Amino acid sequence: MLSIENLHVSVGDKPILKGINLQVKPGEIHAIMGPNGSGKSTLSHVLSGKSGYTVTEGKITYESKDLTEMAPEIRAREGVFLAFQYPVEIPGVSNIYLLKAALNSIRKHQGLPEVDAMDFLTLIKEKVRLLEMDEKFLYRAVNEGFSGGEKKRNEILQMAVLEPKLCILDETDSGLDIDALKVVAEGVNSIRSPDRSFVMITHYQRLLDYIKPDFVHVLAHGQIVKSGGPELALELEDKGYSWVEDKKAA
Amino acid sequence: MSASAKEIEQLIGKEYKQGFVTELEADTFPPGLDEGVIYKLWKIKNEPEFMLEYRLKAFRHWQTMKSPEWAFVKFEPIDYQAVSYYSAPKRKEDGPKSLDEIDPQILEAYKKLGIPLDEQERLAGVAVDAVFDSVSVATTFKSKLKEAGVIFCPISEALREYPELVQQYLGSVVPTGDNFFAALNSAVFTDGSFVYIPKGVRCPMELSTYFRINAANTGQFERTLIIADEGSHVSYLEGCTAPMRDENQLHAAVVELIALDNAEIKYSTVQNWYPGDKDGKGGIYNFVTKRADCRGENSKVSWTQVETGSAITWKYPSCVLTGNNSIGEFYSVALTNNYQQADTGTKMIHIGKNTRSTIISKGISAGHAQNTYRGLVKVLKGAENARNYTQCDSLLVGDKCGAHTFPYVEVKQPSAQVEHEATTSKISEDQLFFCQQRGLSAEDAVSMIVNGFCKEVFKELPMEFAVEAQALLGLSLEGSVG
Repeated sequence: MLSIENLHVSVGDKPILKGINLQVKPGEIHAIMGPNGSGKSTLSHVLSGKSGYTVTEGKITYESKDLTEMAPEIRAREGVFLAFQYPVEIPGVSNIYLLKAALNSIRKHQGLPEVDAMDFLTLIKEKVRLLEMDEKFLYRAVNEGFSGGEKKRNEILQMAVLEPKLCILDETDSGLDIDALKVVAEGVNSIRSPDRSFVMITHYQRLLDYIKPDFVHVLAHGQIVKSGGPELALELEDKGYSWVEDKKAA
Repeated sequence: MSASAKEIEQLIGKEYKQGFVTELEADTFPPGLDEGVIYKLWKIKNEPEFMLEYRLKAFRHWQTMKSPEWAFVKFEPIDYQAVSYYSAPKRKEDGPKSLDEIDPQILEAYKKLGIPLDEQERLAGVAVDAVFDSVSVATTFKSKLKEAGVIFCPISEALREYPELVQQYLGSVVPTGDNFFAALNSAVFTDGSFVYIPKGVRCPMELSTYFRINAANTGQFERTLIIADEGSHVSYLEGCTAPMRDENQLHAAVVELIALDNAEIKYSTVQNWYPGDKDGKGGIYNFVTKRADCRGENSKVSWTQVETGSAITWKYPSCVLTGNNSIGEFYSVALTNNYQQADTGTKMIHIGKNTRSTIISKGISAGHAQNTYRGLVKVLKGAENARNYTQCDSLLVGDKCGAHTFPYVEVKQPSAQVEHEATTSKISEDQLFFCQQRGLSAEDAVSMIVNGFCKEVFKELPMEFAVEAQALLGLSLEGSVG
């Protein structure tokens, strides 16, 4: 589904990612861990098409298409979804309105008919129930006045409604207390499927207690320095990031 | 990658779609203004005696006045002798008796603007007075309104048919010498709409006037007078467009509203005069005086405006809250792009006891535009328990535009409560990227964000107009959910 080969990315003149290789197959969950400043968020931004990053070498292929050539909205319509670390507020625009507009732009791109207001309402109420959210949520302006946990839950709701193929979770666990973390993780687990893949970027192991990854990669100094199964995360928790960082230096 | 700030600037600016010229034979006065021109105007309009005196008094006063310079707008001095003060499509005898007699070219022009004058084609429930250059060319649903006792006709007709009524109220809210542009208008106004809603009548349909400037080098000076008698209710809509021309054209209108005891007037404007090209060439100078007198107890006037056009807008729809418990409201969206300049806002003058006013102003500035809110809240000594709430929000698109807020507050009554809130924000790259990441194009994202920003004002507009207003802002969204 996703293939990253020898990816080098710079911000201005400063190289951030220095040769990333990653293969994600349908249905897999990959966790990317690493210390602050290792390039985790840069990776999520480059995958989703945020401006300000230059791919200097290597390529990203998504479903046999060159992802780097696509505008961010095209990537989204092709099924790439980024759950933001810091979801923005859009005053005056209701959640339900944003979701309907987003869903229809995606459906249009895929050659499907747009959903009308009634069908959409049925669909979204079902998703809201699934995520155990309050329906009032839908009529509030996007993220305006939301708590940290509500914002993150809102990202998962959007993910559930838009049904992407590749979900990138950028530090979705940051700023969440344990209860909120559980709710978010349950939300993610509820939409797992054999043809939907996840790339979870996280600083801490605790998210992985609730969402079991198939693979764990450790990012340091712009490179993946170690890959393994879920046990790698536990080892990291135990020994700290200096363990892999030192290993690389040695 | 996501849209740069430059792209955003382009997105918000749409091409002006109403810029066509209608080729017509017209009766046009040669440029210039003196007492002779005013006499000729009075004569050609066949007005009652008192109007000649009214016009001359205004003209003499105007000659002693200077063009105001306090507004935050810049323009070359206007040569008032180079403007033609009357232009009317040529017509037979006393003017058209029915739509069949109107020049098909004019009907076509309105049709192109999406304002079919044929009653069959009109949205049921909206009556239209169409003003083309200096004259009203058609008023629809007149007879149906008459059954309800409502008078809705061109003001030139009202001056002939109901002179006492007009004389009683004309200039009673905006006196002839009120300000430079109002004085000029009082001297040379050519047409506009007149509305009278009798006691206790709820006007059975929305009334609207559609102003169109067509002729070159012509000023449009229209005059609107709306009287809501005791316990009556009316909703009035106003729309405006003009062809694209390289020269600036002057539009100096005066609107007077009078609400008597327990009466309510809702006045909505979608102003889309030609704004000039992207380099700031051409466009309409929109210098307008709009004022309402809430003369009666418990009366209410609500102004809602969506200002997207004009090279320069100088306009402060105001409420004089004379009657006890009267209410004044002002909801405004002003969007300026390229080199447009807007200095707009309101005045709320609290005179009566327990008077209340609300001001919600949303300014959006893009390109090199300057957008100014200027407002006065004045509470006089007798206005016990007066209350005002003001909220001014500015949204900047790009980094070459400006937003300015000049709130004036004068309170002479200690029991008054006056609140003012103001914010300035920018469409951030993060907001845009977020929307794009959810599948929306940058264009739709900007539209959605601007729409969200203006929501509090749009919800005050009548349905048909809300749709037009959103389309005008380049929005292809219904935006009504939530």
